[in-house]
Amino acid sequence: MIADNPWVDALLRLAVIAVLLPLTPIVLNYLERKIFGRIQMRLGPMRVGPHGTLQTIADTIKLLTKEDLRPSSADRWTFELAPYVVVVPVFLAFVTLPFTADLFVRNLSMGLFFIVAVSSMSIVGFVMAGWGSDNKYALLGGVRAAAQLISYEIPLILAVVAVAMIAHTGDGRGSLNLAEIVDGQGRVPYLVWQPLAFFLFAVAGLAEVYRQPFDIPVAESEVVGGPFVEYSGIRWSMFQLAEYGTTFLLSVLGALIFLGGWNWPLGNEAGAALQVVLIVLKTSAFLLFFIWMRAAMPRLRIDQMMSFCWQVLLPFAFLQIILNGLVLVYDWPDWTLGVLSGSATLLAAYLTYRGARQAAEPYSPRFTTVTYERVS
Amino acid sequence: MITDFFADYVAVLVAAILGFALVGTALIANHILSPHQESRAKALSYECGMLPIGRSRTQVHVRYYLFAILFLIFDVEAVFLFPWAVTFLGVGEAAFYEMVLFIIVLGFGLLYAWKKGVLNWR
Repeated sequence: MIADNPWVDALLRLAVIAVLLPLTPIVLNYLERKIFGRIQMRLGPMRVGPHGTLQTIADTIKLLTKEDLRPSSADRWTFELAPYVVVVPVFLAFVTLPFTADLFVRNLSMGLFFIVAVSSMSIVGFVMAGWGSDNKYALLGGVRAAAQLISYEIPLILAVVAVAMIAHTGDGRGSLNLAEIVDGQGRVPYLVWQPLAFFLFAVAGLAEVYRQPFDIPVAESEVVGGPFVEYSGIRWSMFQLAEYGTTFLLSVLGALIFLGGWNWPLGNEAGAALQVVLIVLKTSAFLLFFIWMRAAMPRLRIDQMMSFCWQVLLPFAFLQIILNGLVLVYDWPDWTLGVLSGSATLLAAYLTYRGARQAAEPYSPRFTTVTYERVS
Repeated sequence: MITDFFADYVAVLVAAILGFALVGTALIANHILSPHQESRAKALSYECGMLPIGRSRTQVHVRYYLFAILFLIFDVEAVFLFPWAVTFLGVGEAAFYEMVLFIIVLGFGLLYAWKKGVLNWR
């Protein structure tokens, strides 16, 4: 507690988050463009500041001084409230996200459930933006965003539930408290026992922030930016803030529940400084994964994307939960969890690979020429 | 204990207010700093440079609604799973098999949708 009064305490702690959250898109966008550049054998931004470090700050200033336009046919309140509905849930989720053992706002006893419940509210904001803009691309992007985000949310939630089931606590197992889950991991992160849940979390997380294999809601060449076509200036950058905020949130969450958070795998107790270094490293690993996927993957069609979610990810998510329940109820040793989940991961990876090969097939010119001739 | 609970959700309330303030500040700053020049062409909605044709608030395909219905089923199931996940060990075997039964029943719903071709975006 910084202050005794809960209101003052919460306000002081949240003020730090409120200052740092707008910095995440500035930093992440710069890193993303630099890493993109490296992957595509370019330099990335180089002009503004040493190695282009001030580029995204200059972009922010440009956005702040841009005219804020609203189409005259737009639905005024839906249009103007959409940025709030998108950003506020992301901010709310940071209330219960612990960064180290002492660095958090409030440690809610149902933290994991709170984060899942709150962060899914921003879907409403995307639909509002799409509907309120009175624009065909925005409407299409909005409904696509809704379809994709709600579909991929289920594997994400179930992967998180799987971890909550096996979390060690002081008296037995099962916890929704993030600090307890991290402390329960000790020297062996849950990635070792739950590789399938980790796989589901990573893939569904990628879809939740609509990054590259799953970017049809905002695909530039199909719906020109999706729900935000009509937004300009800082109002548009609010959606960017939400996107990078969610990316950061999911990275920290993944680092906490799968990679052991602030635990040091070789020793017993990590000091406060080492805890910060560890969480930063583990979060960066996740962030690098998100950025790398965006640079490396082509876009999936909407039918491929939806059927992958419902036909591959969802059954495997239920499989993971049933496996966990089986091992826990009969009190089998921990290594059986790792073996069962690991072999299921191999199967899931094989199905993903096969699906990706099939997804590439119909575009082959060999097939399309035949079908063109038959139609007449 | 109850005071802890109170303090926890005071933080949530403060966060909600601060979040709105955060977005509001940015929008007000933009309003102060940016130029304003009204014109009819700027207030048109964007359609690749052409004049917009027809209304934009049209119906969307029924496929989206089918996924919304499926989502509703499984999201409600996920809500049931959360309390079960942290307490089922205390109840024992019966709790586990009841949840397996529940998952199987909903699994049949998924299989039905699968067989009908809903999942293939048809």
